[in-house]
Amino acid sequence: MSEEYARHLQHLENLGLGRLYPRRPRISVAMASCGRAAGSEKIYRALGDELESRGIDAFLAPTGCPGLCSREPMVSVLAPGKARVHYSGLGPEDAGPLLSALAAGEVYLKNALGAETEDHLVISGRRISLGPLPEGLGPMAGLDFYRPQVRLATRNCGCIDPFSVHEYIGRGGYRALREALSREPAEIIREIKKSGLRGLGGAGFPTGVKWETAAGAGNGEKYIICNGDEGDPGAYMDRSILESDPHSVLEGMIIGAHCLGARHGIVYVRAEYPLAVKTISHAIAQARELGLLGKDIMSSGLGFDVEVVRGAGAFVCGEETALIASIEGRPGEPRPRPPYPTREGLWGRPTCINNVETLANIPLIVHRGGEWYGSFGTAGSRGTKVFALVGKVKNSGLVEIPMGATIGDIVLSAGGGPDRGKRLKAVQTGGPSGGCIPASMTGIPVDYESLAGSGAIMGSGGMVVMDERVCMVDMVRYFMSFVAGESCGKCAPCRDGTAEILNILDGITLGRGRPEDLDTLAGLSRLVKGSSLCGLGQTATNPVLSTLRYFRNEYEAHVKDKFCPAGVCRQLVIYRVDPDLCAGCGLCAGDCPGGAILGGEGRTRAIEPDSCTRCGACYEICPQGAIYFTGRGISDAMDDH
Amino acid sequence: MNIINRHTSPNGRVLSILEEFQRKYRHLPEEALRAAAGELGLPLGQLFGVATFYTSFSLRPRGDRTIGVCHGTVCHVKGAGRVAAELEKALGVAVGGTTADGRYTLESVKCLGCCSLAPVASIDGEVQARISPEAVVKLLQPAAPGGESGE
Repeated sequence: MSEEYARHLQHLENLGLGRLYPRRPRISVAMASCGRAAGSEKIYRALGDELESRGIDAFLAPTGCPGLCSREPMVSVLAPGKARVHYSGLGPEDAGPLLSALAAGEVYLKNALGAETEDHLVISGRRISLGPLPEGLGPMAGLDFYRPQVRLATRNCGCIDPFSVHEYIGRGGYRALREALSREPAEIIREIKKSGLRGLGGAGFPTGVKWETAAGAGNGEKYIICNGDEGDPGAYMDRSILESDPHSVLEGMIIGAHCLGARHGIVYVRAEYPLAVKTISHAIAQARELGLLGKDIMSSGLGFDVEVVRGAGAFVCGEETALIASIEGRPGEPRPRPPYPTREGLWGRPTCINNVETLANIPLIVHRGGEWYGSFGTAGSRGTKVFALVGKVKNSGLVEIPMGATIGDIVLSAGGGPDRGKRLKAVQTGGPSGGCIPASMTGIPVDYESLAGSGAIMGSGGMVVMDERVCMVDMVRYFMSFVAGESCGKCAPCRDGTAEILNILDGITLGRGRPEDLDTLAGLSRLVKGSSLCGLGQTATNPVLSTLRYFRNEYEAHVKDKFCPAGVCRQLVIYRVDPDLCAGCGLCAGDCPGGAILGGEGRTRAIEPDSCTRCGACYEICPQGAIYFTGRGISDAMDDH
Repeated sequence: MNIINRHTSPNGRVLSILEEFQRKYRHLPEEALRAAAGELGLPLGQLFGVATFYTSFSLRPRGDRTIGVCHGTVCHVKGAGRVAAELEKALGVAVGGTTADGRYTLESVKCLGCCSLAPVASIDGEVQARISPEAVVKLLQPAAPGGESGE
């Protein structure tokens, strides 16, 4: 790299620092998909309007996802010399009062979550002191949700404007690339192997080994593909990284290009993520302008360019050979491996496919060293993993934790446990390919081996919390309907096996189950697992097998007693009112979609069974706990059929 | 047709072209598929294969507005089924269908990745957080009969 380019980068870094720590207040509004859905655009506009009408000189920045999605919309304010204050759940009406306080040099305390007194730039290790903790506020890092976290892959998410390459560089971005370009590819690959980084998209294959294979696959045309086809329902860390910090992924890819000798890169993003397509496309254009992509990257002679390919709505395209078929313009059907894509991939050429989160870690490993990265986590599972902590849990969002933390650390500490005082029943990891871990096993560590031993998997990092009101049979029926619908149909075990399993589960949830169904389910599940063509089919029945292992009694209640203990399978429950507990408030009547609540103002209520849709709305809303459900009795349940 | 020629990179070319056709015509007309097959030198069967494999594409016209009820895991446990049922009732079509007047298509989408705000639905690609069956029906009101604007 030329001296001139080094000076250029230094200049860009200064520009970025000037935006991140301006001499006037910086107001950041989290505007990734979650934030937008929760109304952040309205707040952003209101803040912009108020700034203008009041003539306040402040810098308004749209930032990415800070992770605490259930508390969106989130806003933060950094005034020079003061701590950064974070807010949750502000509305447009708060814009005026917030800015009044800011102009008066005061801290607006309404809806304030906490404050940051210093920033830690993970790449450089640099700490920037902001200001003392304001009175009445605790540190953000002290919040249950953030306390166990180590944010490596998500180091910039929520901190920077994803549309500003300067802010990325300001936080140490593209330093790793600068160093990588002056180092031998083999040396960098050794560093990545040393880090222990494994593919974070689900399969957990050692990244360094994959790179080494692709690097050794001749000197001809090669491709590097970023797999952003995040299809697991319940996992969205890749969307968040692409939307919040797209350059971290690009930088990982460019370093990859240098190591593997690839000249073409593709970011494959699923169709359901329009904002991610926009941010990564914008980042690519910016990188080209600055000479970070193109024919002569950083004046080093390296030539590499990246394009975005949008998926078109097919879960199976997350599988690498299906993804390649999709890019080549064919239906996304997997093919048998070997040959692996690293030998024979896109257009028959060697192709290295890495997941978004994996690539975002690369710059960090290159700059801080494999040993440093490997110091997080456990011996077999190094580093961190981002989990989408979602479902029936108080604090919900993206948590990045060192491998080896326990399920309890994540769900009970960061997540705060189940919401609304309910009892934890299970934690589902790995989406439709994963399994359910019962509440009694929250002590197991989250690493590849322990999770696999429990019958669940790390997978892409979906972690769905389930309370007593989630029916495990219905849950599994949901996953099977998902995979049966998404099976590409190429191989019979997956195509027909999942359909038949779904058929049996449908019967069980409708009250038609027979005790022998459980053995059939187990047998079919093992068959599909053992004989499907691709990874999706091979894991598609994990939810069945793991729930049969831990929640067999719940299946038995459905097939033998025709009763759904969670009250979810509507054919198998009947709702009643306990007259001794009913206070006659009538809240239930207001919420009943079927008009099934009998009894007038102030009187004890009753439920008219024929009009009752068994949705459970009354059960959920009753402040007295006077509504309960029982089984309908075997004969009643059978009468329906 | 310039939609076909506009996409020059071989990578993702078929998907990009069909996606643009889909956006323009709200479905993939047979003539468009034939033209693309001819121009790209691909068998028509391959294009039909792609058109029917991916859920983004449709051979029949979709409505002016598309409502996608998210059926991700969390939305499922938080009542996506009720939201969908309420919309089916309000629009008079089953999930996957388009209203007779061609205004709305009701779809089930796999996961919008906004799980912390579940249940969610997207209306023309914009995600609506913590949607209740009642609220989602209300959202459609501005465009209800007589209230249409800008066309």
